[in-house]
Amino acid sequence: MKLFGVYRIRIDRPLFFALLIPAALSLLILYSATGQNLDIVIRHALRLAVGFGIMLAIAQIRPETLARWTPYLFGLGVLLLIAVLGVGSVSKGAQRWLNLGVVRIQPSEIMKLAVPMMLGWYFARSSVPPRLSQLAVAALVILIPALLVAKQPDLGTAVLIVGAGGLILFLAGMGWRTMAVIAGLTGAALPVLWSYLHDYQRKRIFTLLDPTSDPLGAGYHTIQSMIAIGSGGFFGKGWLNSTQAHLEYLPESSTDFVFAVFAEEFGLLGIVILLSVYLYIVGRGLMIAFFAQDTYARLLAGGLALSFFLYFFINVGMVSGILPVVGVPLPLISYGGTSLVTLMAAFGMLMSIHTHRKIVAT
Amino acid sequence: MKRPAIKDYLRESRLFNLRVGISLALVASLALILFVRLVYLQVVSHRHYATLSQENSVKPLPIPAVRGLILDRNGVVLAQNFPVLTLEITPYQVANMKALLEELGTVVTLNERDLKNFERQRRSRPRFESLAIRTQLSEEEAARFAVNRHRFNGVELRARLQRHYPHGGLAVHALGYVGRINEAEAEAVDKAAYRGSQHIGKLGVEQSYEDILLGEVGAEKVETNAHGRALRVLERIAPKAGYNLYLNLDIKLQAIAEQSLGQYKGAVVAIEPKSGAVLAFASTPTYDPNPFVNGIDTESYQVLRDNRDKPLINRALYGRYAPGSTIKAFLGLAALEFNQDPERTVFCPGWYSLPGDTHRFRCWKKDGHGAVNLHDAVVQSCDVYFYQLAVKLGIERMHSFLSGFGFGAKTGVDLKGESGGLLPSPAWKKARGLPWYGGETVVTGIGQGPILVTPLQLAAATAALANRGVRLQPHMARGFIDPKSRELQLFEPQPLEPLALQNDEHLEATLRNLTDVVHGAGGTARGIGLTAPYKIAGKTGTAQVKAIGQHEVYVEGAVPLHLRDHALFVAFAPVDNPQIAVAVIAENGGHGSSTAAPIARKVMDYYLLGRDRPLVNVPAGEAD
Repeated sequence: MKLFGVYRIRIDRPLFFALLIPAALSLLILYSATGQNLDIVIRHALRLAVGFGIMLAIAQIRPETLARWTPYLFGLGVLLLIAVLGVGSVSKGAQRWLNLGVVRIQPSEIMKLAVPMMLGWYFARSSVPPRLSQLAVAALVILIPALLVAKQPDLGTAVLIVGAGGLILFLAGMGWRTMAVIAGLTGAALPVLWSYLHDYQRKRIFTLLDPTSDPLGAGYHTIQSMIAIGSGGFFGKGWLNSTQAHLEYLPESSTDFVFAVFAEEFGLLGIVILLSVYLYIVGRGLMIAFFAQDTYARLLAGGLALSFFLYFFINVGMVSGILPVVGVPLPLISYGGTSLVTLMAAFGMLMSIHTHRKIVAT
Repeated sequence: MKRPAIKDYLRESRLFNLRVGISLALVASLALILFVRLVYLQVVSHRHYATLSQENSVKPLPIPAVRGLILDRNGVVLAQNFPVLTLEITPYQVANMKALLEELGTVVTLNERDLKNFERQRRSRPRFESLAIRTQLSEEEAARFAVNRHRFNGVELRARLQRHYPHGGLAVHALGYVGRINEAEAEAVDKAAYRGSQHIGKLGVEQSYEDILLGEVGAEKVETNAHGRALRVLERIAPKAGYNLYLNLDIKLQAIAEQSLGQYKGAVVAIEPKSGAVLAFASTPTYDPNPFVNGIDTESYQVLRDNRDKPLINRALYGRYAPGSTIKAFLGLAALEFNQDPERTVFCPGWYSLPGDTHRFRCWKKDGHGAVNLHDAVVQSCDVYFYQLAVKLGIERMHSFLSGFGFGAKTGVDLKGESGGLLPSPAWKKARGLPWYGGETVVTGIGQGPILVTPLQLAAATAALANRGVRLQPHMARGFIDPKSRELQLFEPQPLEPLALQNDEHLEATLRNLTDVVHGAGGTARGIGLTAPYKIAGKTGTAQVKAIGQHEVYVEGAVPLHLRDHALFVAFAPVDNPQIAVAVIAENGGHGSSTAAPIARKVMDYYLLGRDRPLVNVPAGEAD
């Protein structure tokens, strides 16, 4: 896009327009899920606008510049995480925010981007597939932030960070045998991890196995969201007709469980459309990774696209009762500001990678 | 083995593209799983769930847990829960909010503040949540509403527990308060644990012991009608009340501390040396936390915020002050530890200059102290002695010695927002791209220059002296008790890195010097020592607020009040068996000896002699 014939705004139009669809849907569904509270809808619209602005701003930065900043961003993120723990060490409660006077930041959100960036940067310095010694370094890059985040405690985000890191390792060509060994070790370590879980976290896993075991507490969410989805049927009950949300059976109906309201009102038909748009966005991201021209850009683009899918999968999985309730919002649609900014920044990086390609003869 | 110099690009991208392809397949199959699951729910089991949805008439309602009480060390209640009648509105059930509010206003009093608060909540909450419009209804109002209830669809009268601080502003900087959960906090906490409660600890121990005080939310299964109105309770899981929190604070001692500061802004921190227990934690002025519980209105908040005396600032926790001459209590020990001969005398003509420099660093005593040894220099607080001592020790050694007392670092007290003060060093200045000046070393010797301490740090460091070098982390909370089982759990004192001393006799000598500050002939704090029935070791300090030029003279009466010197005093008693260590800072109080020391004496009198003894009228002493 030429502006005054001087500067070209770098934008990936297919991705941009695809993102507009869930953004628009989110306003519709939040209006319904909050019982027609226009103030909340407007606030979400403003956040989306800020998110899109950040995306476009990041799209103008060259991937080489992003790569150069990567180690500093990662280092800063780790320091901030330690600072958050330091400030929060007195309380046994969750401490995730760091107040820097003017702005409050959530360092765990930075890490959702910084870990994939750092791995991409690290692998780009040498050759892929990574050797065992490189994998050890990569494990540190993933596990140090993940453990710091888990300690807050914010298990949901920690899982997402490990997930994003793992996806990069996979894309970087980690050997199948190594993957099998890691999977085996993780399996063996599960009992140990279990003992570190908080009571409420364990309860959520039990509940998944049998939601009716605790219908008043942790299982209630799942039961009610399954009723909401199931009662929606093929065509749905229609916009503003979600009884589950409006009669307050469904908790968190505008945040983590907004997908259930969507499914109740728009039915399987609406879900298929939404699912297709999300899959298109993931596909576009993988395509950008495919055409990217260096290891850093490739790994980062692929990792971010797959992470987006992971968020979506975990949320829909937990709302439809096949994954435990871990508190991961539905990307782009759930009400809440912080994760939206991170997500849009990630799409900004994808656009940056795609629009800064150099023309090479093949 | 050496890494190959040239990457095999073709192989790399082939591998990568293969992995992208596999990912695509994985994404597709996972999406298929979701799709199958949704088809199962929405098509195969649709009728089952549609029936459930129609018959859905049982919903769990949270029963909020009673928040734990906060008590002082003697069991005096400092924070309690007060039953209040609350009027709540569910916006979703109201067709015309404006008309309803107008009509409601004829039955109960609704002032501007109530309406504003309600409006603010209404904007940020889903419309089917019930929101408070009025709290603390009088019985008459409640009765009037009950009679007219049929006219108000969507309005409910509820009995709720509200946090109340019976002592008002007393100890507010230690207790903090609870307030309504804001949006950022709602995102950060475990939502399940806060179902049914709208409040969260915002400051003080209310904030730092949130988890202990909160309790566990209960639930009841309620059968509802088609409009979601509750009909009857089917099942009930009782909530678990929060633990009652015992503080180390003695609220009467706290009251003495705050009253003794009087109209001075400032802080008093008292610590039990052998345990680190914080006995008094005063920061003045104070403010009443009760209006904050249900959201203070903007006007009242602005008045507090814009108050020139800044009552909202927790001076004891993060107020940063130049320690002034109180630092000599610690540097006097440094002199011995770094092998300075205590008997060697320095001549004080009333000023000191660095070799080859004409700048005069003044002593507080204009005509000078004459020849003074270490003992006299501490007792009479001779600045010139400590100027030359500072130059002899050098900034690095002073820095490392003082950091051993915890200066320049947070004490780790169980409150959030603590400041670590500032212990300057050349490295610290270098990090800012500035050189270290010799003059800064000189003034560090008398606790001026860049060095800053918090009242809490000063008290903790004094407690370390009192405890003969064994340091304990200052602690607000003593323990907590399960209100049901009456099982008491106490917090263990947390030891910190002890002082690394060459010779314990050095510490004893220092304590003898500090005892003479209060009980000796020329001691700067002898005013409080004369009548004391127990032995006190202490050190006065006067911290300069306004820079006085080379040829100017500081005349107290001529300087505006807010630029007058801060008065400081650190002390512990009894010297042989220390029970209490105190740090006092009275902003713009003038002299440590005349203003701060008598405050410390009153606090120690109460603690050591008990409240049945009349407080001795303490005469003022000579200047610092």
